[in-house]
Amino acid sequence: MATTFTLNGNPVTSDAPRNSMLLWVLRERLGMTGTRFGCGVGECGACTVHLDGDPVHSCRLRLSRVEGREITTIEGLSPDRSHALQQAWIEEEVPQCGYCQSGQLMQAASLLAANPSPTRDEIVSHMDGVLCRCGTYGRIIRAIERASAVSAAPAGRTR
Amino acid sequence: MNARTQSPPREAPESPPKTSPSRRTFLKQAGGGLSFALVFGPAGLAAHRPGSADALDALMTPGAPPSEHPFGAWVRIATDGQVLIYSPAAEMGQGSMTALPVILAEEMDADWERVRIEHSPVEPGVYGRGWGGGRGRGGSMMTAGSMAVRGYYTNLRVAGAQIRRVLLDNVSREWGVPVGELATEPGVVVHAASGRRISYGEVAAFAEVPAELPEVTEAELKSPEDFRLIGHSVARHDVPAKTDGSAVYALDVQVPDMLYGVIARAPVHEANPASFNEAEVRALPGVVGTVRLNYGVGVIAETVEEAFAARDAMEIEWARGARAEGFDSVAGLEAYTEIADGDSQGRPLSERGDVADAIAAAATRYEADYFNDYVYHAQMEPLGAVASVNAAGDGAEVWAGTQAPDMARAAVARELGVAVEQVTFHPCYLGGGLGRRTMADYILEAVQLSRSARRPVKLIWTREDDLQYGAFRPMSLQRLTAGMDASGNLSAWTHTVVGDGRGLLASGISIQYYDIPNQRIEMRGASHGVRTKHWRAVGHGPNKFAIEAFIDDVARGEGIDPVVLRRTLLRGSPRAVAVLDEVAEMAGWSGQPPSGRARGVAFVERSGTLAAGVAEISLDEESGRIRVHRFWCAADGGIVVQPRNARAQIEGGIVNGLSTALLERLTLRDGRVEQSNFHDYSILRMSDMPDIEVRFIPSNEPPMGLGEPGVPVAAGAVANAFAALTGRPLRHMPFIPERVLEALNG
Repeated sequence: MATTFTLNGNPVTSDAPRNSMLLWVLRERLGMTGTRFGCGVGECGACTVHLDGDPVHSCRLRLSRVEGREITTIEGLSPDRSHALQQAWIEEEVPQCGYCQSGQLMQAASLLAANPSPTRDEIVSHMDGVLCRCGTYGRIIRAIERASAVSAAPAGRTR
Repeated sequence: MNARTQSPPREAPESPPKTSPSRRTFLKQAGGGLSFALVFGPAGLAAHRPGSADALDALMTPGAPPSEHPFGAWVRIATDGQVLIYSPAAEMGQGSMTALPVILAEEMDADWERVRIEHSPVEPGVYGRGWGGGRGRGGSMMTAGSMAVRGYYTNLRVAGAQIRRVLLDNVSREWGVPVGELATEPGVVVHAASGRRISYGEVAAFAEVPAELPEVTEAELKSPEDFRLIGHSVARHDVPAKTDGSAVYALDVQVPDMLYGVIARAPVHEANPASFNEAEVRALPGVVGTVRLNYGVGVIAETVEEAFAARDAMEIEWARGARAEGFDSVAGLEAYTEIADGDSQGRPLSERGDVADAIAAAATRYEADYFNDYVYHAQMEPLGAVASVNAAGDGAEVWAGTQAPDMARAAVARELGVAVEQVTFHPCYLGGGLGRRTMADYILEAVQLSRSARRPVKLIWTREDDLQYGAFRPMSLQRLTAGMDASGNLSAWTHTVVGDGRGLLASGISIQYYDIPNQRIEMRGASHGVRTKHWRAVGHGPNKFAIEAFIDDVARGEGIDPVVLRRTLLRGSPRAVAVLDEVAEMAGWSGQPPSGRARGVAFVERSGTLAAGVAEISLDEESGRIRVHRFWCAADGGIVVQPRNARAQIEGGIVNGLSTALLERLTLRDGRVEQSNFHDYSILRMSDMPDIEVRFIPSNEPPMGLGEPGVPVAAGAVANAFAALTGRPLRHMPFIPERVLEALNG
């Protein structure tokens, strides 16, 4: 039985087994390799995507659960790295090996969508489940604060 | 073969998913049937990189594409002025993919805005370096030990200067002016007397490049005060692609007709599979074949889900007799004490003066044992590779993220019994290395599976595979003794390290910067059959923890301030004293820490860099949990090519060091690794992250390694802060709560 859902704003249908994990469907069948495989058990956050706007671990999300729902991956965050977080990530030079950063960005995007001006404690508590082995946490915090400041500024000043 | 980041989806979406521009570019080219290998020749890897997709776009732009002219092995200059620089280092997050071209571009006076970077071909005879970093062509292409920048620094400067000279010589001929009247500005040759200017791209159109580039001596190179790239924090090449998911790691590679492979590896390292339910597994849906390896059984299937399911269904009987069988790491570590107690002399690593006499004559003697558990790499990308062995079995194409592409390529050739030229190797980004990716085991496995199937295979290690069949930083015991003479000088020092890992244990055990006249440092071996490997600064982590904690033991015993004692011991090295003084100033060492907190200091040398760190901690006495609030680090690594990135490397090293100091612990029972994933093998999280401040001592000395010194400076500083706070030593890393409580109550 095929599964139909919305991926980065476009309808897609997958014939993958319904009990497949979304992560592998995205990566190996739909060519969306920006979502990373890190642990397979929902412990590291590298595979974080948005399900109807909420961050979820795609490694633990069965395909059947996304029927009719809306999935956003890192490829859908912006078409051209223009999302305030992506810009801030580049300006703060956050990534090192980069492998966890799709998950970090998707987790951070869900924070700012709900809370455009988070405190540092709110940032840490929201981001704490996404592991980074390179130790970029300090820069991630700074980049989120930078993006938050840019987003919060009056539109005229950000142009 | 047309590899690409995206194969046409097996199930085409109703409309194409929204993708980044570089991905669209990519699909377009893939659809157009263009052979990337043809376009890029030996740098086939370029086909995977978004940057190169742009380059491909440029080549496909209507009208005559700018032709690229080679200027020696490292550089090509296009007639439109674009400069391609090959980078020979693996990119695992440490940034040398950018730092190395910066060095060359500096001397070449290239316009950085027009520089394009690609991985160099995997040709160690051309792009390798000597381990000592000396002149001369060829050597290892391994990226490890913080060797990239310091190992290539002089060679790449000279190469850049040679290319600049070739450009000048050509303009001199063309214009009929003496070469001495010409100068360069970024990307342009200038003749001041006539006011004429010509861009490098225009020169490339007519340039004649001699087979042997002109000799340039080091004396002719730029003076550091003239640097405009080195020391100026050029933006990292790889960062943009790491913010939109388009950076390509080995696990992202897809090639047509590709199968998926997973391997059930022995629960006890190196145990052989005796038998398994082969017929049953082969009959499962999608299974194409099974492959028996020395230490496991591989299964190859049409889809990743089918491969995982088939592995779950495997029932394997393991042969007995593996060396690690029955091994218990907790008991094994305890037994190291007996080895240290024993009379047998270990292997001497360093000897100075007469330590026995000095100990006998000492007014005060100190002794302590320090312990360290096994530590796992935990790089965020589990291992994996894509291999495509041809139908005849006499050639292969491989996509992998590796710290040693040259060695991996040669190993694949040996495995297939073919010449190295028969193996096309495409380096990918590494989702972390930490030393694990200097090994080629995961690459050879992919080759073995593909050889069996005669189809391309993507081999995937799960996190459990990666952890349990890891190769660990060895556990160890450090026994230290010291003697203070009657006039208060540290006169004697012995250090015995016990463990299984030979050279891995010895790194960082030397105390060459501490002026102690009588020393004996030795190693005593053990053998457990557990796989061990380099791990970001490896032995420096355990050894510097022990050494620095012990120095503080002595300081406490003598009632001397730890910074003052170290200052005395470092008197032979003004550079070492300078980093110590700098960090003491940064941390406000002479002042009081906030209430409930304490500070500890440590000094290390690693990869030629000198570093000192101060940790400020507090303790929850109820739970035994240590919290590190702040960490200051001062380092002297000579010239810092990329300061912003170098700070990130020191920060990352400190984070790794703190993670191993506080959390990371791998144990074996009955020969089996007890942990399996991040729920029971913890690494540092954002909520554990201290504020970190890093400063570099300004220097015009040659650059040293900055990827690793942050690691070993962390644990000693934390242990010393703990002792300052509680008066109790911590002597077993990691300082997990139960050990902290034991130290408090013991």
